[in-house]
Amino acid sequence: MSDLTQHTLLELQSQLQSGAISSVELTSTFLARIERLNPTLNAFITVTESQALAQAQAADAARAAGTAGPLTGLPIAHKDLFCTDGVLTSCASKMLSNFVAPYDAHVVRACQEAGMVMLGKLNMDEFAMGSSNENSFYGPVKNPWDLKRVPGGSSGGSAAAVAASMTPIATGTDTGGSIRQPAAFTGTSGLKPTYGRVSRFGMVAYASSLDQGGLIGKSAADLALGLGVIAGHDPRDSTSADQPVPDYTATLTDSIQGLKIGLPDAFFDERLDARMQARMEAVMDAYRALGAELVPVKLPHVAEAIPAYYVIAPAEASANLSRFDGVRYGHRADSPADLTDLYERSRGEGFSSEVKRRILIGTYALSEGYFDAYYKKAQQIRRLIQQDFTHAFTECDLLLSPTTPSTAFQIGAKSDDPVAMYLEDIYTVATNLAGLPGGCFPSGLVDGLPTGYQLTGPAFSEARLLNAAHQLQQTTDWHLATPEEITHV
Amino acid sequence: MYEAVIGLEVHVQLATESKMFSGSSTQFGQAPNTQASLIDLAMPGVLPTPNAKAFEMAVKFGLAIDAEIGRTSVFDRKNYFYPDLPKGYQISQFDAPIVGPGHVIIQLEDGETKRINVTRAHLEEDAGKSIHDAFDGLTGVDLNRAGTPLLEIVSEPELASAKEAVAYLRVIHSLIRYLEISDGNMAEGSMRCDCNVSIRPKGSQALGTRTEIKNVNSFRFVEKAINSEINRQIEILEDGGRVIQETRLYDPDRDETRSMRSKEEANDYRYFPDPDLLPVVLDEAFIQACRDALPELPAARKVRYTETYGITDYDASVLVADRDIADYFAKVAEASGEGKLAANWVMGSVMAELNQQDVSITEFPVTASDLAQLIQRVSDQTLNSKTAKTVFEALLNREGSVDDIIQARGLVQVTDTGAIEAIVDEVIAENPDQVANYRQATEDKRGKMLGFFVGQVMKKSQGKANPQAVNQILASKLSD
Repeated sequence: MSDLTQHTLLELQSQLQSGAISSVELTSTFLARIERLNPTLNAFITVTESQALAQAQAADAARAAGTAGPLTGLPIAHKDLFCTDGVLTSCASKMLSNFVAPYDAHVVRACQEAGMVMLGKLNMDEFAMGSSNENSFYGPVKNPWDLKRVPGGSSGGSAAAVAASMTPIATGTDTGGSIRQPAAFTGTSGLKPTYGRVSRFGMVAYASSLDQGGLIGKSAADLALGLGVIAGHDPRDSTSADQPVPDYTATLTDSIQGLKIGLPDAFFDERLDARMQARMEAVMDAYRALGAELVPVKLPHVAEAIPAYYVIAPAEASANLSRFDGVRYGHRADSPADLTDLYERSRGEGFSSEVKRRILIGTYALSEGYFDAYYKKAQQIRRLIQQDFTHAFTECDLLLSPTTPSTAFQIGAKSDDPVAMYLEDIYTVATNLAGLPGGCFPSGLVDGLPTGYQLTGPAFSEARLLNAAHQLQQTTDWHLATPEEITHV
Repeated sequence: MYEAVIGLEVHVQLATESKMFSGSSTQFGQAPNTQASLIDLAMPGVLPTPNAKAFEMAVKFGLAIDAEIGRTSVFDRKNYFYPDLPKGYQISQFDAPIVGPGHVIIQLEDGETKRINVTRAHLEEDAGKSIHDAFDGLTGVDLNRAGTPLLEIVSEPELASAKEAVAYLRVIHSLIRYLEISDGNMAEGSMRCDCNVSIRPKGSQALGTRTEIKNVNSFRFVEKAINSEINRQIEILEDGGRVIQETRLYDPDRDETRSMRSKEEANDYRYFPDPDLLPVVLDEAFIQACRDALPELPAARKVRYTETYGITDYDASVLVADRDIADYFAKVAEASGEGKLAANWVMGSVMAELNQQDVSITEFPVTASDLAQLIQRVSDQTLNSKTAKTVFEALLNREGSVDDIIQARGLVQVTDTGAIEAIVDEVIAENPDQVANYRQATEDKRGKMLGFFVGQVMKKSQGKANPQAVNQILASKLSD
């Protein structure tokens, strides 16, 4: 491959380390590609060109001085809900379309301290609410595999940017599937770590008990490299886990002979398209060939995951989004008549209808007289689902399931039907409710569009999960499939 | 006849150095918004991290009122919109407070005591301040106070009068000062009180409809606000009306409460556990450490003072209410060896002066050793009560030590009978008419008339004559 942008993060790392390329060259190449493709794909909201080049120069200087770390000079882009000091942090909302963050999120700072170069900020569904990236103040993101299709969401910009090689790796966040579903739709690899593995400090909250920052990249090995940078305890996030961070790359090559992979009955039912089922069979065969043992397991309560999720997440969101009131920052209505008018118009104008819908659902679920029937019930379901997983992991090491019921759908196909859109998360939300790590990895094409399979593990089993995915990527080439080059721009 | 049923919600600002969920300083009186961090401003993406010191203070309070300590307490979000509430919710505790049921003992006016049960006390964060009068047509927001830790102490509705409510409030105030968990300064808002008031026919078991008087900020106003609210409710019922459940504000200028919002307008706060904060689990060792660090509390000190210094229950309860005054008294009593005299001085001249000057005992110009020495000079008859007052006033003006003042002003009491006799003779010689009248008067009238001569003698001696000796000598010489 002559084009640098097509390489994995690991390949670029070795080229930087060997001195074959400089970070400035690498960064310039990606910036040029972003400039060429972004008008078509709309994956980036902000491109931080001069800042990126300055960071690249600093990285090259550090390498010359012998102070470079393993990731120094490698490019990355951040979902636009990670706060970036001095750079627009919009959450793809009109509400924050004027918000320049005064500080860096933990994840952003960690990447910077590792010497990585930030290319820019990525498009998303507004406040991470959506599964298609159609719900953005900055317009929909296009799927590089078919420009008429969605890239998934809410980390649609992250997935599209990696799939189209506009960045070798990107951060994303996953509250109900927002990393894994777009990874599936774009043929990329995505990892949602264990809840608490990556600090949420500086990550604008959608649903605090479910949100988790993670990565989308070109391979499981790239995710292992990146996770080592962003994972770790942060005292500024009380829910951050004080657990040692292993070297995720060190165990990638371990054999998975004898690994027990559970197949949850609930995820292999009639809702799964036959051709999607065929892709899952291929994944199972590949794992069997690597010596893994596939065993059926039961998750009796996961059928209730979607309704529970769509009570808990909006309930938390209804409070999390209260701070956007037009008083201290963000969109503020013109010449408000009084306080109520200021609130009503600032919020009415600043939020899209999907955000308003979720705030209303959440407010209703928490209201006096409804709290027990909705919020409390949903939390009970959540505990049952957590117990299901705990029990399942006494019988297996990892769970294998589809990530999505189908391949990427057409732009506009579900935008008028919120419930159909919510069902996009049917295979992914249970993982968030249980706080477990989940990864999505390519499983081959159906009708020229990517599919992805999902691995879910016990808490803090990221090393094992990435090891299994990496082993499969050593014997299959699904993750190497790339969309046809976009030339007609 | 009606009786009142009163419960208090007392908000105490905890004296932590930093805020409940951020590292900002809690110092009072700084320029607006200079103590508001990204977290206090509720910037997108920021998260709260709890202040362990606040847990310690809350647990100490719980132990001091003999309460159950919440081994697992949970922070909840209380949702409402207001510009001085940056997140649009207040972090508080709803279902699982850090302090469960406890009680305090209050002293009633008739000398009896009464047990008042405390329902709970929970940790929460304070809001900022809205400033409505600084900008024409606009409201200013100062977030310095936003996030300051509060302990909200909720009593059972067991207080039967405004006086009982104040007595309860004073006990709480005394406790938080002893525990050093708050300065309890009501004028600065470190301690604020919401009063829930209802009335019912005397003897009735059912509770009447209650109103809540918000944010009353002095002991005196608590008493006045409750009394005016009780009277308002009685008038309504006697006119055949119904009390409406609502929130009211007390206007001290007009001595009346005014409606703020009715129940219908009341917020549904939609409490739910804050997902940004894990449940707080307190282990036995932490609670034991808090227990070990408890100071001697007012009740124990009261007993000790009556036993050690021979003072009455009542005097002891007045003296121990304020920890600093109690310490001051003890020093005076120890150094002078005169418990009763020390109590009289501290409860009399000292407290009167503190009230009048509105200063605390720690800034009082008359130190405990000054006062002890003054008392000793009275005991050894160097001073009489009149000259002692003069010395006390001189001490207030920082004129030097007790003996220096006595020396400088020549205040040594004259107890030499020869000297006093000479003055008495002078006075008798100078007032022949009064002497004649005295001698003609009956015994029962003479007592009063003697005062004139005593006054004359004291005047001539510049107040230094021993009054007892003067009386004795005069009585004997006049009856000659």
